[in-house]
Amino acid sequence: MGDRAVPDASPVLEFHDVRMHFGGVTALKGVSSRIPKGIIQSVIGPNGAGKTTLLNCISGLLTPSSGSVVFRGEAVQGKPPHEIARRGLSRTFQHVALFPRMSVWENVMVGRHARTRAGFWAAGFRLPFMRAEERRIREDAERWLEFVGLHPEKDLPAGALPLGKQKILEIARALATDPVLILLDEPAGGLNTRETEELGDLLKKIQAKGVTVVLVEHDMNLVMDISDRVLVLHFGQVLACGSPSEIKDNPEVIQAYLGEDWAEAGGGLTGNSLSGDREDTPC
Amino acid sequence: MSSREKTAFVGLTVFLAVFPWVSALSRSFSHYVDVMIFAGIFSLVTIGLSLLMGFAGQISLAQAAFFGIGAYGSGILTGHFHWNPWAAMLAGVCVAAAVAWVVGVPALRLKGHYLAMATLGFGVIVHIVMNEEVDWTGGPSGLGGIPGIRLAGRKISGDAAWFYLVWAFVLAAFLFSRHVLHSRVGRALRAIHDDEKAAEAMGVPVSSLKVQVFVYSAVLAAVAGSLYAHYVSFLSPGSFDLMWSIRFVLMVVFGGMQSLWGALVGTVLLTFVGNEWLQVFADFEILVYGGILLVMALFVPQGLVVWMDAFFRRRSRLQPTPSDGGS
Amino acid sequence: MADIFHGAAWLQYALGGLTIGAIYALVALGYNIIYNVTEIINFAQGEFVMLGGLFGVFYYQTCGLPLGPALLAAVATVALVGLLLERYVIRRARHATVLSMIIVTIAFSILLKGGAMLAWGKDPYRLPPFSRSGAFLWHGVAVQPQALWVLGIGAVVVGALTVFFRTSFYGKAMLACADNADAARLTGIPVRTMVLLSFGLSAAVGAVAGVSICPITLMEYDRGALLGLKGFGAAVLGGLGQFYGALVAGIVLGLAESFCAGYVSSGYKDAVALVLLMLALFFKPEGLFGSKEAAGLKRF
Repeated sequence: MGDRAVPDASPVLEFHDVRMHFGGVTALKGVSSRIPKGIIQSVIGPNGAGKTTLLNCISGLLTPSSGSVVFRGEAVQGKPPHEIARRGLSRTFQHVALFPRMSVWENVMVGRHARTRAGFWAAGFRLPFMRAEERRIREDAERWLEFVGLHPEKDLPAGALPLGKQKILEIARALATDPVLILLDEPAGGLNTRETEELGDLLKKIQAKGVTVVLVEHDMNLVMDISDRVLVLHFGQVLACGSPSEIKDNPEVIQAYLGEDWAEAGGGLTGNSLSGDREDTPC
Repeated sequence: MSSREKTAFVGLTVFLAVFPWVSALSRSFSHYVDVMIFAGIFSLVTIGLSLLMGFAGQISLAQAAFFGIGAYGSGILTGHFHWNPWAAMLAGVCVAAAVAWVVGVPALRLKGHYLAMATLGFGVIVHIVMNEEVDWTGGPSGLGGIPGIRLAGRKISGDAAWFYLVWAFVLAAFLFSRHVLHSRVGRALRAIHDDEKAAEAMGVPVSSLKVQVFVYSAVLAAVAGSLYAHYVSFLSPGSFDLMWSIRFVLMVVFGGMQSLWGALVGTVLLTFVGNEWLQVFADFEILVYGGILLVMALFVPQGLVVWMDAFFRRRSRLQPTPSDGGS
Repeated sequence: MADIFHGAAWLQYALGGLTIGAIYALVALGYNIIYNVTEIINFAQGEFVMLGGLFGVFYYQTCGLPLGPALLAAVATVALVGLLLERYVIRRARHATVLSMIIVTIAFSILLKGGAMLAWGKDPYRLPPFSRSGAFLWHGVAVQPQALWVLGIGAVVVGALTVFFRTSFYGKAMLACADNADAARLTGIPVRTMVLLSFGLSAAVGAVAGVSICPITLMEYDRGALLGLKGFGAAVLGGLGQFYGALVAGIVLGLAESFCAGYVSSGYKDAVALVLLMLALFFKPEGLFGSKEAAGLKRF
């Protein structure tokens, strides 16, 4: 923890030739990638490119029609989401999926579920170990709220928070599961510029804790600003993969996704363009 | 517990402690103890159902079946086989738990209307079995001669003794359930109610927890059934039909699904309505229940307890305060 | 004679099964109509059947109408009950949770049951068969003309509903409401009217089942729940929303029940359809004729 994790070569998450059909529609047509530990990996692509489907296939909400998903050396495709979460993979949702009637604090406490064990009996009889565990759950949850800066709102119902804070709360809840890798589905959607900047800082802080971040995002400033690697999906296939600067210069990507205007502007959306000294791992 | 809830709990305990004495003072009230015994027995069922419906968000129209399994389990084992009533209760509870697990694992994969229909179908099947297995259950003509219960070497007899026995069970179940709700398990249940997908993604084993709470509700219903069997000493299938399952749902909805207090209040009030005031208009009973259920579901979906709570809070907020800007 | 009768017992059971199966199919159609438009399961569906039979008795015996008009009046009255259910109950609960919606229709069903008990008491009632001719013998099987009526009516209703939903403007508009109510509204379909119509139509179909079966099995106030549950079994087994599926599944349930009553135990005949319902729900909730993917897109 603490110091910035150096991306290492052994992948924490690999998916190979993942395909997903819904009836006659093919959402993913064989997507492969290896994601090294400790990086911020963005997944971009136009609407309908299959980004969310890919996240759902990784986190277990969907079982891919074919292909494999290997997380920390174990094939996880077809396993229920709660088991995948237990192995250290957590996520947020594109459309905020908090527990709106529970308090902010309780939302994060639910994130501790996979790391604690008191069941019906222990809880009903308030066994000593359960009480100690409950105390730890509360403290851990508070720590995560402090980490993301939501501690002052901890007793409000989650549904009463403004959208920006709900998105942050989702991240705190996901972090509370002690993830090795966290999937974020459009966390900047609906945020204003300042909130997006704060989100970028938060993501860097998360990376600094050694957590691998996989980010699906439309906000190109954010993506180009913080990503170590960018994977571009187009019609359910990988169009390109590489460092942000490579992606910005890739003519196919510019053509297919970013558009001519963007190319003409010299890719100048990100002023503090990324340095080329990052180690680029092959996709 | 919050201090408010602690006060309420102490108040309830004191109320229960003196209830048989106070009602014994007047002849016209003395049979209220009997009604309260039934209310206590039904409360055991509705406490479990409240966990399942109000907190985990899963409906069951089969609670009367589990109530019946507990009752007939006790009745048959003590009547036919002369078991000790406590052993029979334990056996009935185990059977109910096993049945709930076998039915719950596939059923709780279903949602909403499908789950309601599956539990409804299961409840009706159990009711048919009670009617048909005449050798065991006595069929429609009933099962009689169920012995009483002995506790610490003494027979529980008289309304007051039964009252304390039943309500001791209720308070224990209430506390146990309350502790569960204020734990990791309870939070996970409420999370399931709010957003199943998100709960699952946060590592909550949704299906397994749903089955656990279903089994728990079945266990409480079976305990209630066993107490019922020994208290009334005669069982007939009519006490365990679909209408009873609906009554239990009504009791929970009436008091308020999202609070254990709601289950208690709803059950006691409706038991009094059913046992006392509707005896006069027996034929109106279904209509009254249907009407209450409809009105509650349409206009007071949060139930009586939460509604009154909000009402009194609003009242107290309406008291003029200097800082209040009006409006 | 007894021997002949015995030899043809299975045929007799099969005919009985077909008849009651057609009734289950009609009840299932009632569920399907509302489900196709609103994706709601109406727990009061069985009560419409009960009311159909009892209102038929009311118009025929109490009011002294001729049989034909009495039956039509009964169906119309129950359709009106369906309209009232939608207009004054379902519409109010439109934004309620699924749980509340279930409770609301259950509440309405016990109100109907209680009302019927007050109005008609607890006795069973009978309507005369639709045609006067008596039972006749066919291959050693005693055939009641009413059974043929039931089968015919079942087939006609299934066919008519299929044509209605596939080809007529109203039918297609009603289906559009279930697919995407907002989109339907944008294209100018009066969604509320369509939902209202679906409840009326569904209640009418239920009432048709009630008046058709009343001459054979009689009708009393508390028959609704079981008829509704078995009809739901047929609807699920046939694939919710599928009209022909409902017909086939209804007949399968009817035959299973009839053979169970004949060869196994008459006491458990009611359980057969329910066990099949539960097996269908547990292992094939998309039904025999529904597609799994389509079921996955539904809200359940």
